[in-house]
Amino acid sequence: MLNTLLSGDYPRSRVLTGLLVAIVVGLAFAPFLFPGAAAINTAAKVCIFIVLVASYDLLLGYTGIVSFAHTMFFGIGGYGVGLGLYAFGASWGVIALGILLALLVGVVLAFLIGLLSLRVRAIFYAMITLAVASAFLILATQFSEYTGGEDGRSFSVPPSLRPGFRLFETPVFGTVINGRILAYYLVFAAAVTLFLLALRVVNSPFGRVLQAIRENDVRAEALGYRVVYYRIVANCLAAAMAVLAGAMSAIWLRYTGPDTTLSFAIMLDILLMVVIGGMGTLYGAVVGATLFIVAQNYLQKLMGTASAATEGLPLLSKLLHPDRWLLLLGILFVLSVYFFPTGIVGRLRGKPR
Amino acid sequence: MTVAPAPATTPEALPAIKHDYLPILLPVALSALALPFVGNPTTWVTLTVAALAMGMMIFVIASGLTLVFGLMDVLNFGHGAFIAVGAYLALSVLGLLSGWVQVDSLGWNLMALGLAVTVAMIGTGLLGWAFERVIVRPVYGQHLKQILITMGGLIVAEQLIHVIWGGDQKAMALPTALRGAVVIGDVAIEKFRILAVVVGLVVFAAMLVVLNRTRIGLLIRAGVENAEMVEALGYRIRRLFVGVFAVGSALAGLGGVMWALYRETLTAAIGGDIMVLVFIVIIIGGLGSVGGCFIGAILVAMMANYTAFLLPKVALASNILLMVAILMWRPQGLYPVAKR
Amino acid sequence: MAEPLLTLAGVHTHIGQYHILQGVDLALPRGGMTVLLGRNGAGKTTTLRTIMGLWKPSRGTVTFDGRSIGGVPTPDIAQAGIAYVPETMAVFADLTVAENMILAARSGPIDTARLDWIFGLFPALKKFWQFPAGVLSGGQKQMLAIARAIAEPRTLLLIDEPTKGIAPAIIEAMISAFAELKRETTILLVEQNFRFAASLGDHVAVMDDGRIVHRGAMADLARDEALQQRLLGLSLDAHQ
Ligand SMILES: Nc1ncnc2c1ncn2[C@@H]1O[C@H](COP(=O)(O)OP(=O)(O)OP(=O)(O)O)[C@@H](O)[C@H]1O
Ligand SMILES: [Mg+2]
Repeated sequence: MLNTLLSGDYPRSRVLTGLLVAIVVGLAFAPFLFPGAAAINTAAKVCIFIVLVASYDLLLGYTGIVSFAHTMFFGIGGYGVGLGLYAFGASWGVIALGILLALLVGVVLAFLIGLLSLRVRAIFYAMITLAVASAFLILATQFSEYTGGEDGRSFSVPPSLRPGFRLFETPVFGTVINGRILAYYLVFAAAVTLFLLALRVVNSPFGRVLQAIRENDVRAEALGYRVVYYRIVANCLAAAMAVLAGAMSAIWLRYTGPDTTLSFAIMLDILLMVVIGGMGTLYGAVVGATLFIVAQNYLQKLMGTASAATEGLPLLSKLLHPDRWLLLLGILFVLSVYFFPTGIVGRLRGKPR
Repeated sequence: MTVAPAPATTPEALPAIKHDYLPILLPVALSALALPFVGNPTTWVTLTVAALAMGMMIFVIASGLTLVFGLMDVLNFGHGAFIAVGAYLALSVLGLLSGWVQVDSLGWNLMALGLAVTVAMIGTGLLGWAFERVIVRPVYGQHLKQILITMGGLIVAEQLIHVIWGGDQKAMALPTALRGAVVIGDVAIEKFRILAVVVGLVVFAAMLVVLNRTRIGLLIRAGVENAEMVEALGYRIRRLFVGVFAVGSALAGLGGVMWALYRETLTAAIGGDIMVLVFIVIIIGGLGSVGGCFIGAILVAMMANYTAFLLPKVALASNILLMVAILMWRPQGLYPVAKR
Repeated sequence: MAEPLLTLAGVHTHIGQYHILQGVDLALPRGGMTVLLGRNGAGKTTTLRTIMGLWKPSRGTVTFDGRSIGGVPTPDIAQAGIAYVPETMAVFADLTVAENMILAARSGPIDTARLDWIFGLFPALKKFWQFPAGVLSGGQKQMLAIARAIAEPRTLLLIDEPTKGIAPAIIEAMISAFAELKRETTILLVEQNFRFAASLGDHVAVMDDGRIVHRGAMADLARDEALQQRLLGLSLDAHQ
């Protein structure tokens, strides 16, 4: 049973297993364990980013291609559902239709980008995705009559997901099961399903070919695999999963806009989560996303305190200012790519892959 | 560096050297195509001159990057950092020389500008040299890590600019004598744009001379084709590469100064904005090709300027379409570089 | 016997995770031509690349002119006096024939006498002097690649399969050129064309599976058809 669910891909480390169990239990019972709107928000964000980061790892870690357009697909999912709900009202049908359309757009776009860049040289891909993603971000903010521009769009979700909705008359374990909690569990269930699906993909024969390509594409081609085909399919799969993560995000936030889905800052967050968690292992996405988001919440506060405390030393105080959060991340990022390329999961598993 | 005199050649049976002029026609065709859409010829001239100026700046920035890639297969996503650092260094120098900047004398203005550019280029050249040592060298031959590391380097550099110069938007005033426009007939051409075109052409010409007429240049061109063979002939390609990296960074610094003056404002993100266009340019031109980079830069700048006028919302998207069209025509770019 | 010019002792080379050279022992006497034979994939090119420092030996020693060159950077090996003509020829297609030669002559302009000598060996180069090397035919590129290696006097030439895909008439011309070249320098020639090899070689070494399996005088091997058959077998039949 567990073997089937995990597709035979076990964590293979005691500490890692413990960590993963703790994260899963924490997320599964988040509304009961950590009451309060802030905590449940964090938990939902973790769920969404686990899916997003796992889908990115499909590209970066398993196929060895660097994309800077992952947030674009995330955004397509977010806008697909969000603009649908905004325009046509809050119903499940609109959500389904929005997701379908977004999937279609996302996959077709991923296919075209892949065809254009992966066919010639894999190195084109990083540059072209960067350009396309920038153009998409600009388009999304420029066409504000449709997208809400910089401000984005707020919208309602179906009634059963609204805070006013009560599933039971009485609280369960002291917690009222309202629509927000239902929405959380919807996000959680989607995250678990998508994660297990991704695990299935990377452990299938298809996933093994991807890894062979990552190790040595010339050799894989010589063995008779059409490298371009595999790369493009991986690209489309990753895009589809990112679209779904975007849809989850829109449903949870009841808002969609450039800052929450499309911005380059989110792209950097994703990169960091993958690298810190561990490239080429989906469990890395779980660990990376969780640690990063939790740290982000608390470290920025910590930096504020530290900056205030070092007021007397102007340079240090400036370096520690919460706005310099990205500086620390950037340094952390460079250092981890050098010294820690297998990430936390790679370290915990001990031997290099 | 001449070898013995070229021996007399027998005329018959010599192959025709195929010169590929087609790409050169593209900018001409694009500007001609834009004319009926723009309508007003005066506007068209203004837009075209603006495009040439912008194209030259993009070229100055992109040329180093494309050579760095051609020579060692290193794709530097951190190139944008040199643009920003160059611009900020010049900002500081011009701030110190505000007397020379504000006086209405072309001579003093150009002196101030020349000094600012020198400082910016030396600074970014040195920074490039250090960047190559610290950031790039440990990841030679590993594309994935290169992209990640240089991107990380870019973030760190941008943040350090925030720390050093502050995060707010700065005004980058043009020296007095360079403000305003020259009026020819009923067309007004901004003075700074003329300067930008001149600087771009000088850089391009200098680059052609170096690449075609000096031993170092020949080595660079040979190295872009086959670095291994250059080593087997007894030359240290690494040293050559570090040099090209530093010069390319200095050129990015120069481009950054020009770009900031052109926009007259400056933020730490200035590099990121233009890098997207730079990447499109080096893909269109053919990775490693200076000539392709030059034509690509003009094309991209034209596309950007004409669409900014005609359909402002889709300016960047139109360049993506341009890139797609060119890659469908020539999948390796306008001037594919013969590799190995 | 005089000390060999080049010695490989127990050389192992890995390419990535593949163990290609598995203990190559080879000694090249000063002067004359040694031919390295062996079927496809035997490791001949890898041997030359290892000597040139383009692959680093993982074990064993390479000694040239009394100096250890295993693991030394390629430019230093070239400067020590070894010139290399790779299997792919690697002429710089974008550069003219003249520019290719300029780069080959590290210490400055080639003197006229030497250039005339080279033009005598390969007249086509004179004709195409100002043309981009990319427009040359395969045989002419091969000539340029060899001319580059001899632009200045070198102690040792490594030449990898110069006759590959070359027309018979040009091969004849090449034989006379090589006959003259080997009077000037020591040559290590990789060859599949046995007749070509036999007409030029003084010494011979045969490789298989990353090891040297036979060493001796070329004349002995040329005489002994049974030995040829055993060492070189099918690959020769297929080649001729
Ligand atoms: N870059 C590489 N990566 C992996 N294996 C390689 C590489 N280059 C060569 N090989 C392998 O090393 C072995 C020896 O190759 P090498 O080119 O030295 O053979 P060769 O004797 O020169 O053959 P040929 O006569 O075909 O030129 C072959 O099995 C080849 O597949
Ligand atoms: Mg070979």
